[in-house]
Amino acid sequence: MLAEPRIVYNEGYLDEQTKRVVRRALLKGIAIPGFQVPFASREVPMPRGWGTGGVQVTASVIGPDDLLKVIDQGADDTTNAVSIRQFFERVAGSESTTRTDEATVIQTRHRIPETPLAEGQILVYQVPIPEPLRFLEPRETETRRLHALEEYGLMYVKLFEDISRYGHIAKTYDYPVMVNGRYVMAPSPVPSFDNPKMHMNPALQLFGAGREKRIYAVPPYTSVESLGFEDFPFEPQQFDQPCQICGSSGVYLDEVVTDDAGGAMYVCSDTDHCTRAASAVGFRASRTRGEWDFPATGTGTEGAVQ
Amino acid sequence: MIAESASPLLSVSGAGHHYGNRFGCRGVSFDLWPGEVLAVVGESGSGKSTLLGMLSQRLNIDEGSVHYQTAEGQMTDLATLSEPEVRRLWRTEWGFVHQNAAEGLRMHVSAGGNVGEPLMANGARHYGKIRARAADWLQRVEILADRIDETPATFSGGMRQRVQIARNLVFGPRLVFMDEPTSGLDVSVQAKLLDLIRSLVADLGLAVVVVTHDLAVARLISHRTLVMQGGQVVEQGLTDRVLDDPQAAYTQLLVSSILKG
Repeated sequence: MLAEPRIVYNEGYLDEQTKRVVRRALLKGIAIPGFQVPFASREVPMPRGWGTGGVQVTASVIGPDDLLKVIDQGADDTTNAVSIRQFFERVAGSESTTRTDEATVIQTRHRIPETPLAEGQILVYQVPIPEPLRFLEPRETETRRLHALEEYGLMYVKLFEDISRYGHIAKTYDYPVMVNGRYVMAPSPVPSFDNPKMHMNPALQLFGAGREKRIYAVPPYTSVESLGFEDFPFEPQQFDQPCQICGSSGVYLDEVVTDDAGGAMYVCSDTDHCTRAASAVGFRASRTRGEWDFPATGTGTEGAVQ
Repeated sequence: MIAESASPLLSVSGAGHHYGNRFGCRGVSFDLWPGEVLAVVGESGSGKSTLLGMLSQRLNIDEGSVHYQTAEGQMTDLATLSEPEVRRLWRTEWGFVHQNAAEGLRMHVSAGGNVGEPLMANGARHYGKIRARAADWLQRVEILADRIDETPATFSGGMRQRVQIARNLVFGPRLVFMDEPTSGLDVSVQAKLLDLIRSLVADLGLAVVVVTHDLAVARLISHRTLVMQGGQVVEQGLTDRVLDDPQAAYTQLLVSSILKG
């Protein structure tokens, strides 16, 4: 009987030359905060749009001593987050964690953790569209020129249109920011609620866009200012009520539909924060979505929440 | 005006631009003075648009020179300017009205946003003030106030052209280039638009270079006319003189070819 051959991966999946390519792009990105550095994006074993940019950045900075946390919409337990975490456990030999304060590398899609980050931590964002001017100016040659010459009138046209149409700036995610007073940057689709956390953050923030082949970065303690008008300044999203599981307020909440009669509950999108806040108040020791006690609401709702 | 008139706004001498080994226009020389409207006329393919592209620095000056008097009063050789400096001129001192409004406007941004964009590009960051200026300019080009939030895609050809003119005048340029601003519009709209351009230019004391194949346009709005043929200037002078007493054989042909009804 033939033994199944064991596949041996290079540490961190990518070959060393590729990691050098990515690291060089990262260094350039850190040297010029907010500037999009082109890089030769490689194939990784997941489809583009599922965080291939973030995975390549993580693969280039992670080592066996690192503790990796992966979140998707704030949650550690979604399919994408779990599979990326398992991928790195296998190919980098790194340990995983769900605790924000323990992690050395955090790969994220759509959220910045509620727990404040510290010096020495790296936050890796998965970016679908790195160009903040993309839907205003389709030509890449032109947007590069606009960045180079610091011509950002166009970005304000977008905000102007929002105010004209809706009476306020309606963009609630991927809200454009000015990094270090120079480059306008797309902060990936994080909610505008998270924008203030990027400003003067002690952690290193790296952005990888695999499909669009761009890397950019915000070094620790760099100013990140959300754009706005003098009479219509940037306003992050606000939530009136606290989380219905852990009772935290001032956090980003997800709406979870609980029945088919319009019922919903609002809970932390950051599962790590929620779990720890809940256990701190002795409310629920662990939070698993299947375990919630929902009020009996009659037929048709069984099995609706997985 | 009198103090400024000591030197021309634009001084062109022997300027030419070539496409490969063929010249689009060559040996063009003239001076444009502040507040003056210069028409460039000629048949299709005579190099009018090439000349305009060259003056506005969208095309290279391959021979000769073009000097421009900046707002600070310096005569600057345009060929020596860097790209950021040229783009600063486009933003702050020069307007460019395209024949096809779709080239000069963002068709899916509201009229107010289109007119406000140059202000925002120049650093205006107060929504209320930007909007008020945009509304004021739209009113000056006779766009109804209730259409400020509609996009040019929903406008008629004449309205689009007027929005484009507002967008090019809102930041107070010193020099405006116009490439066939009225062709493609029907005759009654043309007349109204020309009337509007004429009064705005007179009110603001703008210098204008307008390219047209229509001698009536030159007659109506320009002080001086430059006649081009095959990339060369064949005649230039006061508009009335050129059109009433054409000297060059080609100009005579051009003038006599106008249909008279």
